[in-house]
Amino acid sequence: MTTQQPTAAQPHAETTQQPTAAQPHAETIELERAVVKHWKAPVSYAVLTLVALVLFVVASRDGSTTLRLASVGDFVALPDAVLPVRATGIVVVVLLAALTAVSTWLVATVRKQGFWLPLAFGVLFVVAFLVWAGADKMIPIPGLLFATVGLSVPLIFGAMGGVISERAGVVNIAIEAQLLSGAFSGAVIASSTGSAVLGILGAMLAGVLVSMVLAVFAIRYFVEQVIVGVVLNVLVVGLTNFLYSSVLTANPALNSPDRLPRIPIPGIETIPIIGPALFEHTVIVYAMFIIVPVIAWGLFKTTWGLRLRAIGEHPLAADTVGIKVNRLRFWNVALAGAVAGLGGAYFTLDTTGAFNREMTAGLGYIALAAVIFGQWHPLKATAAALLFGFASALQQTLGAIGSPVPSEFMLMLPYVITLLAVAGFIGQSRAPAASGKPYIKQ
Amino acid sequence: MNETPRDADDPIEPHAPQRPGGSPDSGAAPTAVHAPAEAEVQVAAPVAPTDDRTADVDDPWGSAFRRIMGGNLVMAVLAILTSLVVGGILIAATDERVQETAGYFFARPGDMLSAVWTAVSGAYLALFQGAVLNFAAADRGFIYLIKPLTDTLNFATPLIAAGLGVALAFRVGLFNIGGRGQMLWAAAASAWVGFAFQMPPILHVIVAILVGIAAGAIWAGIAGALKAYTGAHEVISTIMLNFVAFWFITWMLRTPGLLQNPGGNNPISPPMPETAILPSIFGPPFVLHWGFLLSVLAVIVCAWLINRSNLGFQFRAVGYNASAALNAGMNVKRLTVYAMLLSGAFMGLAGAQQVTGAVTTGFTAGIDAGIGFDAITVALLGGSTPWGTFFAGLLFGAFKAGGFRMQAAEGVPVDIILVVQSFIVLFIAAPPLVRAMFGLPQPGRKSRRQRRDEAALAAMTQQKGAQS
Amino acid sequence: MTVEPTPLGAPTLELRGITKRFGALTANDHIDLEVRAGEIHCLLGENGAGKSTLMNVLYGLYRAEEGEILLDGEPQSFAGPGDAMRAGIGMVHQHFMLIPVFTVAENVLLGHERELGGLSGARQKVREISQRFGFHVDPDARIEDLPVGVQQRVEIIKALSQDAKVLVFDEPTAVLTPQETDELMAIMQQLRDEGTAIVFITHKLREVRAIADRITVIRLGKVVGQASPESSTTELASMMVGRAVELTVQKNPPVLTDNALVVSNLTVLDALGQKVVNDVSFTVRGGEVLCIAGVQGNGQTELTEAILGLQHRVTGSIDLNGNELIGDSVREVLDAGVGFVPEDRKVDGLVGDFSIAENLMLDRYSGAPFVRAGTVDREERDRFAAEKLESFDIRAQGIETPVGTLSGGNQQKVVLARELGRPLALFVASQPTRGLDVGSIEFVHSQIIATRDAGIPVIVVSTELDEVVGLADRIAVMYRGGIVGIVPADTSRDTLGLMMAGERVAGAPNPEPSKGAVA
Repeated sequence: MTTQQPTAAQPHAETTQQPTAAQPHAETIELERAVVKHWKAPVSYAVLTLVALVLFVVASRDGSTTLRLASVGDFVALPDAVLPVRATGIVVVVLLAALTAVSTWLVATVRKQGFWLPLAFGVLFVVAFLVWAGADKMIPIPGLLFATVGLSVPLIFGAMGGVISERAGVVNIAIEAQLLSGAFSGAVIASSTGSAVLGILGAMLAGVLVSMVLAVFAIRYFVEQVIVGVVLNVLVVGLTNFLYSSVLTANPALNSPDRLPRIPIPGIETIPIIGPALFEHTVIVYAMFIIVPVIAWGLFKTTWGLRLRAIGEHPLAADTVGIKVNRLRFWNVALAGAVAGLGGAYFTLDTTGAFNREMTAGLGYIALAAVIFGQWHPLKATAAALLFGFASALQQTLGAIGSPVPSEFMLMLPYVITLLAVAGFIGQSRAPAASGKPYIKQ
Repeated sequence: MNETPRDADDPIEPHAPQRPGGSPDSGAAPTAVHAPAEAEVQVAAPVAPTDDRTADVDDPWGSAFRRIMGGNLVMAVLAILTSLVVGGILIAATDERVQETAGYFFARPGDMLSAVWTAVSGAYLALFQGAVLNFAAADRGFIYLIKPLTDTLNFATPLIAAGLGVALAFRVGLFNIGGRGQMLWAAAASAWVGFAFQMPPILHVIVAILVGIAAGAIWAGIAGALKAYTGAHEVISTIMLNFVAFWFITWMLRTPGLLQNPGGNNPISPPMPETAILPSIFGPPFVLHWGFLLSVLAVIVCAWLINRSNLGFQFRAVGYNASAALNAGMNVKRLTVYAMLLSGAFMGLAGAQQVTGAVTTGFTAGIDAGIGFDAITVALLGGSTPWGTFFAGLLFGAFKAGGFRMQAAEGVPVDIILVVQSFIVLFIAAPPLVRAMFGLPQPGRKSRRQRRDEAALAAMTQQKGAQS
Repeated sequence: MTVEPTPLGAPTLELRGITKRFGALTANDHIDLEVRAGEIHCLLGENGAGKSTLMNVLYGLYRAEEGEILLDGEPQSFAGPGDAMRAGIGMVHQHFMLIPVFTVAENVLLGHERELGGLSGARQKVREISQRFGFHVDPDARIEDLPVGVQQRVEIIKALSQDAKVLVFDEPTAVLTPQETDELMAIMQQLRDEGTAIVFITHKLREVRAIADRITVIRLGKVVGQASPESSTTELASMMVGRAVELTVQKNPPVLTDNALVVSNLTVLDALGQKVVNDVSFTVRGGEVLCIAGVQGNGQTELTEAILGLQHRVTGSIDLNGNELIGDSVREVLDAGVGFVPEDRKVDGLVGDFSIAENLMLDRYSGAPFVRAGTVDREERDRFAAEKLESFDIRAQGIETPVGTLSGGNQQKVVLARELGRPLALFVASQPTRGLDVGSIEFVHSQIIATRDAGIPVIVVSTELDEVVGLADRIAVMYRGGIVGIVPADTSRDTLGLMMAGERVAGAPNPEPSKGAVA
């Protein structure tokens, strides 16, 4: 791009949307518009506030809850927060009602709802729930957050795999298969080579292989992508179960990888609350901290991302500017598999230390839910995965201290939230326009 | 990708080759080489193609579902054979004797080859004996010779019913991946009617099954209603509903006073009373119960429903071209809900059969036994037709029956069946791949002659038109 | 116009003997075409004559079996659009090749990230070109928020950003108002004067005569010949169609009946709350044809859909013989006796995988005559189909033939046979002859006139002025969702053209049918 002299002469050339009398060109068809108001958000808030009212005030419990904020090794020990259950419930419900009112006002005056509103609403609701559920008990917040991060890791890797693949126009139901094959391959390769690094690479390779099958069938043979995804999930379950039963049980040496060491990051790991939650993990988790922002940046700021999004939105348009749509789709789906496969390695090389039958236990589907709830955006999907991870961690914590809510209901939460999201009650989810449609070149 | 240029009329229309008949001049006469008429409509929309309507425009003749349904018998047989070969390779590769002999393959290749033969033939012979005829037990009498066959029918019973559910939804353009959740609810409802009420023998089991069918229908109907009235994609909602159902039923099974067996601590329901159990057709030792005839009946009902009834006519119209159905006055939203309700009803039948026929000693959250997912493969192999689904269900029932014997007799894990099933579906879904493997002509070439004929016909009619 | 086209100069682009076959059909049969720098070469041909195929060959989307493409005398071999673009061929596609959720700059950047120097470079380029041609395009606006006319400018910017020597405009005016068309013409002339070689593909004779330096007419995939821009419309039309065209429709003066559709203050909102139909009122009496003219996308589609009950955010009144249709479902509207030929028969009118027989009963799927006790009466269905196959001269192997394999004309006959096959109180036909051959057009027109003569109110929506003028007893012109005016059928084309651009013409509003309108 040459920077010739006219640059200075037309600094505001882009602000010429308004037509003036001298510029008949700018006249465009603009139809009259009636105001449309979307009442879904305030209605949802109102319903949730009512739920909160019933749960936290009407069905409130006596006593107070201790939220432990400190953990061993913090550079400054925070005191425990002791919150009275009933009072906290009342305060939160009042605040929730206020937020609902704000939301109603925003819609009534046709203003944009910021992201802060659902965030504040969610945090308040969760705090009230914690206090309510933990009445007369102690809830260790750092432990809860540590578990949240841990449980979110495979979800986030899986969701990133989903985001990349779907942004490129290939529906990735096979996240579960990518995770499971990654877990299997990571365990076997790390055990047989004695190298965790090779194990990680092996896990990524397995994810890539699953992805490539998906890509070949979806892109080359135009098979309905949902079908390939579902079948791949079944296939990998069958394959890993078969190999586990026929090979691994007979040769335990093939299924005893060295687990990756936890590497606390000196200094910042002593920050209260978030230090242990974020900075006492294995390399896989640190890799996640890097990969997520890199994907987000790459998707929206680089040539790779521009082309990736283009082939997922309007492949023919991309083709007419010389982009090899199907080739690009293929390699990006493969990349998605590598990322998800890395998430699979987390199961065997980080948490468990051995492969087990169907050890991903449907987490791939939760990752898929996070992709959708996160509106196909890497950061939002990560937030969704963290939310789902939190629900899971909460269920474990409450299970340990004796929960008033059946753990199954907590486990159901991600799916119910996603159902509400796809039904349009929470947020606006719009998939990449060409996602799921094969591009058939003439 | 360096594909050979496909015969097609308009690059603007990426799905063009899928048009039935593939005739490039199906658009506009006289020569009608490209079809601008249909494309101009797309341009008219000034907004981004995001809603369902424009998605239909992209693919006016619904190519995906025709591909699903377009399988033929030869392809099915080849796909099954190829998948069995893949399974055989896996069996051989994991066999210990094969691994040992592979160490000195170059010294004595015969050892390994014979080991491979022993492993694979042994496994598949066991599969056959477990699924069709048990020669080993022939000396114990005819009954024991053919007992495996009835086991196959027994395993096929819920597969057929659930497969019909998937197939019916496919025909309306819907994926019902929610078989698991629907079966769980059906099983729970059926079992509840079974152990919580006392009724006369035959009536009891009928009521239990009907309530199960209704429960499955309702759970699928939720996904249908979400699809129709909020646009939520049924693939996502049925998957999510599976998990919701799983955790909900799990909770009910471990909560006293709900589904838990009184006096027990395990998450399992009380056993079914005699009155709520489908009786065995032939009596012991055969386990085959009357549920199988219910499945056959379901096939007949489904066939009438899809092919002959006016509801089926509307279903198929919606499945092929929802937009045209809408213009013809059909209530597409309501039909979507009906389709999911009926699809769930067949799933519900499968769930009810499980608790009233297969597992009568109390059920757990694993009662679906993967049938909800197997049903997808059954429907695909069956080309989404009722009788195709029936035979596909029989085949997969045979795999299941034989798989257990294979595991017991030859130590080959039963999971190999899942692998073989998955490969069958993958191959079925991609006929060009199978054709390439067997060196069969690709349809592009075959139909080119067909196209020539059609073009000649078109030219003839055109001439006639010009003369008149 | 400062630069005269130099007839003796070497052609910038030359196509020699291009032949492209699809199976047994020859879409392009040894086509020669050359364009010089600084000229506009019109490629004129009917729908389906092979124009777009030729351009897709030129643009590398198709590969020709024979022939060669020369640029500045050098033979080219394009493996894909990327090659064509690099060689200096730009294309303004009939269907915009823009990604709706991207900004203008991102669309321009796509595929040329390095050459343009990233997003900032693309932004700069957009501003530069926009400034040069007075486009007024904001590089950071999202495509889906832009009106169609502006989107087309983005397409042009995309092509120009690659310094195209040859620019191909493929049916660019199909989506534009007459005024926008004029602006586009001015842009094309400016480009020509700056030395760009332009290929202008169209089937609109008036545009060709207004702007072409040279004209090549193709028909049935072959070059019929060259024509001069001074040729008359009739001459061009007969070259294009191949025989002297009878554009008028034979019909008697209307005999009005008491049947009537009265539409009053009809307003339709789209999903975004835009008034796509804005306070429309008109009356159609039995025995007359009301044609709704206008440029594509001015609310005609939504108007007909509102009548059929397909639009949901509708206010006002649609009264058919005293029966209010607003709020009725499509089913109820059809049962009230409305026959409807949709704009796009393949998408909205037919199920391609269904047989002719099944398509003929598509909107009568419950009750008599085709359904008994919830079961389709196949004998009755087939009897009906066989009869219609005969009476509508549908050329097919039999009633079991899937309609997807039929030609466009025969498909439209199936739609007509179905819609006219039951007792009607109103007949609405939207773009009934789009994409059809001349023979089929005549058949469709005769059926429409026969329906009118049977005393049924008929509404025909068409963007083709010839068709409008030929069929109408009265003409309503729509613009931006409103009716500009309702005028007699003998209104001059110039007046109609002005009205299509939104000009209210003196004496035009004439909402009531009058017998004196057509003599």
